[in-house]
Amino acid sequence: MNVEVTPLPGIGVRKDFALRGGRRVGVVTHRDGKIELIISKSDDPDACLAELPLTTDEAGALANLLGAPQLVAQLTDEQRELPGLHTRQIPVGPPFDGRTLGDTALRTRTGVSVVAVMRAGQVHPSPTPDFTLTAGDLMVTVGTTEGLDNAVAILKKG
Amino acid sequence: MEGTALELLELGAVFFGLGLLGRLAGRIGLSPIPLYLIGGLAFGTGGIIPLGGIEDFTTLAGEVGVVLLLLLLGLEYSAAELVTGLKRSWTAGLLDIVLNAAPGVAVALVLGWGPVGALVLGGVTYISSSGIVAKVLSDLGRLGNRETPVVLSILVFEDLVMAVYLPILTAVLIGVSLIGGITAVGVSVAVLAVVLLVALRYGRYVSALVDSPDREVFLLKVLGLALLVAGFAQAMQVSAAVGAFLLGIAISGSTAENATRLLEPLRDLFAAVFFVVFGLNTDPATIPPMLGWAVVLAVSTTATKIATGWWAARRQGIGPLGRARAGAALVARGEFSIVIAGLAVSYAAVDDRLAALATTYVLLMAVIGPVAARVVEPLARRVVVPARTAAVPTAGT
Repeated sequence: MNVEVTPLPGIGVRKDFALRGGRRVGVVTHRDGKIELIISKSDDPDACLAELPLTTDEAGALANLLGAPQLVAQLTDEQRELPGLHTRQIPVGPPFDGRTLGDTALRTRTGVSVVAVMRAGQVHPSPTPDFTLTAGDLMVTVGTTEGLDNAVAILKKG
Repeated sequence: MEGTALELLELGAVFFGLGLLGRLAGRIGLSPIPLYLIGGLAFGTGGIIPLGGIEDFTTLAGEVGVVLLLLLLGLEYSAAELVTGLKRSWTAGLLDIVLNAAPGVAVALVLGWGPVGALVLGGVTYISSSGIVAKVLSDLGRLGNRETPVVLSILVFEDLVMAVYLPILTAVLIGVSLIGGITAVGVSVAVLAVVLLVALRYGRYVSALVDSPDREVFLLKVLGLALLVAGFAQAMQVSAAVGAFLLGIAISGSTAENATRLLEPLRDLFAAVFFVVFGLNTDPATIPPMLGWAVVLAVSTTATKIATGWWAARRQGIGPLGRARAGAALVARGEFSIVIAGLAVSYAAVDDRLAALATTYVLLMAVIGPVAARVVEPLARRVVVPARTAAVPTAGT
């Protein structure tokens, strides 16, 4: 991706890139660390439709929302070299709502590793066994096809 | 009443009044500068109530205000930004000088104020207010626009020009000979070059000199050094303001950010005093005769700034709407026009009416600028977009 970095003297830096449709999207980072999300207009590519100020937390949440598919894609990509190993996102079913990751005993029962848990757009990497799950969480898991199928069944039914 | 008690009362009334004016300006979304000027005009020379006893303080505070204005301007830029800004915008910068100084020079000559008056008034109409422009751009959500770097680089160029222009002006105002003037120019250009070099290579040492984790120590060191450098520059007849500007450039990185944060309220306070003092020393009775000329200058320099921005943006491949926005963004004049006029008045080297004309002009431009920046888009859309949408179907088929 060709990200254009433009200094804004006295203000900060603009980093943006053109989308396939020709519109630009990016951020303006102020000197004092303030971040603004910018999206260009469709009829006037020089101007911005929106310039949204984001707090650090908000920027982080947005980055995670956008970055989740990329995390899985990256993991899949990294394991392409290793035959028989797959990455999958598995939803956590109601049986494990409010229980810990250790309670699933996923590794002992299926040999599958939990790389991260995604919840409400946030990525929680390398969760420990005492990580409390909520129904609707997505587990990013790595394992064999068979192991992953078993894991899906376990997380659904308990 | 005792002298000190009266002075405190007067000063308190002035500051409190300025606070109310500033709030009013914030409410109606304008720069407070014109209101401060009007506040100053209302009192002092020829005003409703002449203030007595606080001139010594307010005059010095106004001087400190100018030093802080320029110091913070310097702090906003890193030396690297200035160098790239200079490289990228020098053609637009030159056009900017020629187009926008010309109306001022012409009016000064017509009014018979001579070459010195022409130099002063040219400077007044040339320089945009980077404070107002930056605020308007951020208020209107245009920081991410493609024409914005064009606007900002022109501002950077103007601010650098100020660093060369002010020492020349000072030299001319104190009436040095041609040789003396050329020496002043040579000295200021050489000093500017050395400071840029020092700031690029050794900026961290200057920063380390003033930096301190303790706020109080830091504030005292920054302010002390700024006044020392300004005073030294003044003694060398290079203009105190330029000394402060150059010091600001030399301070970089996180030290500059901390200094900006600490000094901003101080600058706002002292700069407000500076505008009031300028207003105090201007007799309101001199304004009506100058109103016509101020309007002539306002109309012509609004057009020339728009032309400058239009041309500069077009060179960067910006569309017509963006060109119009870039031009209108540059229109506002403010603090530096008053700094230039104030310098001229303080040396009493120009016609008294110049202060009145400069005040009226800045009053107009500080209001026209933000308004122009706001209305340009809907106006330009009416002119530009119908033409374009008419062209698109033919291009599509």
